[in-house]
Amino acid sequence: MDYLREHPDRVWELLKQHLELVAYSTLIAIAIGVPVGILVTRVRWLAPIVLNVTGILYTVPSLALFAILIPYTGLGFRTATIALVMYSLLAIVRNTAEGIDSVLPATIDAARGMGMTGRQRLFLVELPLALPVILVGVRIATVAAIGIATIAATIGAGGLGRLIFDGMRSLDTDRIIAGALVASVLALLADWGIGRLGDLLRRDLRPASGRR
Amino acid sequence: MITLEHVTKAFDSHGQTFLAVNDVSLQVAAGELVVLIGPSGSGKTTTMRMMNRLETPTSGRLTIDGRDVQSLDVVELRRGIGYVIQQGGLFPHFTVADNVAVVPRLLGWSKARRRERAEELLALVGLPPERFARRYPRELSGGQQQRVGVARALAADPPIILMDEPFGAVDPITRKQLQRELRRIQAEVKKTIVFVTHDIGEAFLLGDRIVLMAEGKVVQDATPADLLRRPADTFVTRFIGEDRGLRALSFTDLSELSEPAPAPPPPGALVLPGTLSVMEATRQVSAGGASGEDGFWVSDGAGQPAGYVSFRRFATVLGDTIAADADAAEAEVVGAESVLLGTEPPAPGAGSPGLEARGHSGPATGSPV
Repeated sequence: MDYLREHPDRVWELLKQHLELVAYSTLIAIAIGVPVGILVTRVRWLAPIVLNVTGILYTVPSLALFAILIPYTGLGFRTATIALVMYSLLAIVRNTAEGIDSVLPATIDAARGMGMTGRQRLFLVELPLALPVILVGVRIATVAAIGIATIAATIGAGGLGRLIFDGMRSLDTDRIIAGALVASVLALLADWGIGRLGDLLRRDLRPASGRR
Repeated sequence: MITLEHVTKAFDSHGQTFLAVNDVSLQVAAGELVVLIGPSGSGKTTTMRMMNRLETPTSGRLTIDGRDVQSLDVVELRRGIGYVIQQGGLFPHFTVADNVAVVPRLLGWSKARRRERAEELLALVGLPPERFARRYPRELSGGQQQRVGVARALAADPPIILMDEPFGAVDPITRKQLQRELRRIQAEVKKTIVFVTHDIGEAFLLGDRIVLMAEGKVVQDATPADLLRRPADTFVTRFIGEDRGLRALSFTDLSELSEPAPAPPPPGALVLPGTLSVMEATRQVSAGGASGEDGFWVSDGAGQPAGYVSFRRFATVLGDTIAADADAAEAEVVGAESVLLGTEPPAPGAGSPGLEARGHSGPATGSPV
């Protein structure tokens, strides 16, 4: 705890780097993963291929993935972001597809029968109903990214991993604990925050307000 | 007016072609409520689903007001046809009011007009808008959800409404209530309604005409009264008679149903003794054939024709009773109305609704829309 108290500016700066890394990579992963997840529900034969590829990406050890990318994208922030996107894709693609598939056939039938176009059905019915499941994917991806991003310090992308690796090199336990603690709290906050977001967006899932 | 001319629908399953609907021709006149009924796999649901193009006929012609539905814009066609399905059909993330106003929303009505229309319709189906408009479907009972479903189908005031086993998933008391209310609403709005059910009682109660289907074909297309009086074959008789609810009718005398005769029976008219059970009378009416009359006379203890029962009323009472599917063992015989209208039944075999249509919609089979 001493390190946190003595170097708040340094910790703050690394925390901001860390947040930036996670935010960028998660947003990019959502931007790619949600459309791919939708695509997979429309073009069935793509599903096993896409899920396998993203699944394999997920199993590559993070340090190895960084190492593989360095010859192509160099050291630093960009490489770290690309790697984190790759890790996040699986959870987001899979949960998007699962969320859309979980919409009841009767609901889809009603949407078609009411005269919704394919696009209206997607945006008015399927995506809103899939939202809680998609958000679970985003939550898993974000929490994982916060952890994996600490390793990005090894390729010069900064973030809270710096505290951990610097601490290891200089045998400064206090510094290691500071980095680990802040990263853990961040992960917990993200987990909670994204969970709350779901409640806010889907009013109908909130507990009924007393009268029934 | 909906017209089907030699309509056939084939599905491929496991390399085999299966005719869900096999050369069906029928007409539904404007303002008429036609019930499509039959056992699972009879093609009734598929027949209905071709009317709003949720299924495409393999051959034959299906026209609405003279225009081939295949030539119409599918989205516009569907927005012009109300559609009610079992309770899963409400959008769970929409409030009740938003559910009701979904087609008006697709049609681009203003917010104010949508809200006004939703409130008007909720009131029509017996859900006070101030209590229900802002709730979500999961906060409603099954019966209330079905009312919302009916209101939703009426929202854009379409001339035609398709109802696919709309009351199949609610308890028997609620079902009775919904059926009566549909009759009331229909009397008020006079829509062209195609109603799919596997419940013969419901068919008798609601139908201006009943189309009985089996294995993709129309077995009989008749008014409820004619279906009773002139069943086309033993399949029809069996289908009408197999319902347990009919047993309740063996405890009720015909005299309890009859109304004062408007006129003495003409020669050749059917006269049945008032001591006959309604059950037995049903058989006699079926066997008696056509007399040209709209009903039959009921004779008193002295053999004098004292009362009269119109076939329409007879069919309605039968429908009411069968729909209630009374448990005969517990039925207390206190009078026709209480037995026929008020008995409390175990759930009738809810059956497997519209098997023939499942698996052909939604993303599960990847059918691109």
